[in-house]
Amino acid sequence: MSDYNFAYLDEQTKRMIRRAILKGLAIPGYQVPFASREMPMPYGWGTGGVQVSAATLTPEDTLKVIDQGADDTTNAISIRKFFEKTAKIATTEKTSSASVIQTRHRIPEEQLTEDQILVYQVPIPEPLRFLEPSEIETRKMHALEEYGLMHVKLYEDISRHGAIATSYAYPVKVEDRYVMDPSPIPKFDNPKMEMAAIQLFGAGREQRIYALPPHTKVVSLDFDDFPFEPSKADYSCDLCGSENSYLDEVIVDDEGGRIFVCSDTDFCSSRQAINSELTYE
Amino acid sequence: MSELLLDVTGLSKYYGNRIGCADVNFDLWPGEVMGIVGESGSGKSTLLNCLAGQVEADFGEVFFSTRSEGMKDTFQMSEPERRMLSRTDWAFVHQNARDGLRMNVSAGGNVGERLMAVGSRHYGKIRNKAVDWLERVEIHNSRIDDRPTAFSGGMQQRLQIARNLVTGPRLVFMDEPTGGLDVSVQARLLDLIKSLVREMNLSAIIVTHDLAVVRLLADRLMVMKDGYVVESGLTDQVLDDPQHSYTQLLVSSVLQA
Amino acid sequence: MIKVENVGKTFTLFNQENTSIPVIKEASFEVLKGDCVALVGKSGSGKSTLMRMIYGNYLTNEGKIWVGETNIVGASSRAIINIRRHILGYVSQFLRVVPRVPTREVVAEPLLAIGKEMDEAFDIAEKLLERLNIPPALWDLSPTTFSGGEQQRVNIARGFIRNYPAILLDEPTASLDSENRSVVLDLIKGAKSKGTAIVGIFHDESARMHVCDRQVDVSNFSPKLES
Repeated sequence: MSDYNFAYLDEQTKRMIRRAILKGLAIPGYQVPFASREMPMPYGWGTGGVQVSAATLTPEDTLKVIDQGADDTTNAISIRKFFEKTAKIATTEKTSSASVIQTRHRIPEEQLTEDQILVYQVPIPEPLRFLEPSEIETRKMHALEEYGLMHVKLYEDISRHGAIATSYAYPVKVEDRYVMDPSPIPKFDNPKMEMAAIQLFGAGREQRIYALPPHTKVVSLDFDDFPFEPSKADYSCDLCGSENSYLDEVIVDDEGGRIFVCSDTDFCSSRQAINSELTYE
Repeated sequence: MSELLLDVTGLSKYYGNRIGCADVNFDLWPGEVMGIVGESGSGKSTLLNCLAGQVEADFGEVFFSTRSEGMKDTFQMSEPERRMLSRTDWAFVHQNARDGLRMNVSAGGNVGERLMAVGSRHYGKIRNKAVDWLERVEIHNSRIDDRPTAFSGGMQQRLQIARNLVTGPRLVFMDEPTGGLDVSVQARLLDLIKSLVREMNLSAIIVTHDLAVVRLLADRLMVMKDGYVVESGLTDQVLDDPQHSYTQLLVSSVLQA
Repeated sequence: MIKVENVGKTFTLFNQENTSIPVIKEASFEVLKGDCVALVGKSGSGKSTLMRMIYGNYLTNEGKIWVGETNIVGASSRAIINIRRHILGYVSQFLRVVPRVPTREVVAEPLLAIGKEMDEAFDIAEKLLERLNIPPALWDLSPTTFSGGEQQRVNIARGFIRNYPAILLDEPTASLDSENRSVVLDLIKGAKSKGTAIVGIFHDESARMHVCDRQVDVSNFSPKLES
């Protein structure tokens, strides 16, 4: 066995996944069950995202893979190499050059276009799971639009912490109908979900796919007197000076010294390149 | 209000050859409390669950006077309609408070859930209403953020009642509301239920094996045996002048304290 | 106001070899507005039974009982509840005590049940309790711990708090001292003058003579035992 089928999966599987994707796009925010395949990485390592990407990629595509904003983590590199080997497609670290971007837990800072597809890796697709353990019950709640429980969760946060404490995987309402888990992206990224690109969500272990067509209405849940705030650390990036990007806190020495850097590595390095060009003039 | 609230005809539920409840007929008016008594296996809980839509009946109709569409057969309703009804106009108080509460959610969250389920989106207002209701059921408002796991049995039951009544339902189903509680706690709970029924002009259907509870709360009474209603009428009349042999047996069996 | 027509009742005890006990047969009498009729007869002759039949507490097997425009016999539960709420009051021999409910509320309950404002209802209740010599210190307490006489007076206050067109009184002056007895008799006379039709059972002959216009001997309605 020396050659892989394009992007590893057989054509029938890709058709099945594409049907699920189309259904998801037709019903934004609705979780479509699909038959998740065995992938050459364990559950919990992005199998859902990989399957969605595999079904979406064509030979002309350029793929970018990020893991919490970074192109150079072990997992991002593994997945990129996986597709280089099985699909022989072009890959890149530049957001603007990519046609398909697979991401774990972040949305790129740079605005995406109508020609791009963003594929999210999703651990738990069900936003109500921690409050209602029964799958039968949560499916009914989605079907009947019974989302009172979701607000109970937010209520509990405010009563316990004085504010809605959810900082990532912040639930959203899609097209005024389905409540969706946007995957564990920081709430700072939620407003970006109203974008021009197609967004696809894959949960391999839980066997669900959901999707957002371009320019879909996505509203983060909140209370009238406790409105949603896409907050981030109150610093600017120590490498590129950006004040509007999501930051990682990095401890740099044994005294607890720390710096803040953009979590989106491509965004940061682009800005750094521009800064150095400017200083040369 | 003189309009009929609930009209039940021919309600029957079978488990194979076994009768759950058979051929039950009655009507209920606003502000009326109907008691259903019987021993274990009499079919009273089956009847209650069929009425409340928790269990599917085999025959019969349950017409309820909906706010917007008049009398409708609840068995013909779609599931979303029925679920909406059970969150607004109807309430169900379980025997075991744990079945009727979310144990991992605070008292305030429990009371506020039904409000949030029907679209309430202002935290402050929801919380105020929760405080209000906790006071009405005699739970101190300092407990609003505590989980029901920290409450006594009686408190849990009172919390369940608050949670159910916060949306102002017109019909309350109760399954052994005082079951398993200490006697002194029972008295307090019954007193609370009685005054809420009166203040809110509630109609209620209460299933119990305890004749003292029906005497206190119910205007009318149905006695069940082996799935059938053997006697019905005014509570005091059925208990003081029982006509059916089984009712006579039931009444005479009550131990005097 | 109250008309008893050829009324009969038989108790059937299924659990004691289906014994049938006829207790009332062909009872007839009438009570007009402002009338006070005493039911007399020896113990066990059926006075309380007849009274309970008028109230709907016991079922009547034969005949008719008219309370106002309604025949109690065979009436729906709802109709009887309505009559009890608006037309017919009943002061039983014993107060059925509910734990925890304060006396003031026990007495005011018939007014609260018809939707009277709480403050107003409590006010009227308190005045009545005062008249019956129940001191304010007891108004907040449940009658569970009261003496027999005190409970009886609470019972009476509850029965008289509304101006019913008709009331039934079962031994209203039993266990009362002479002072309280005359208060109760005054209440009865006051009701009479407002046109209330009254049926009463009085063990105490002087009380009976004091307020009642007529007597009906219930032993006349006892079935003759077939030997």
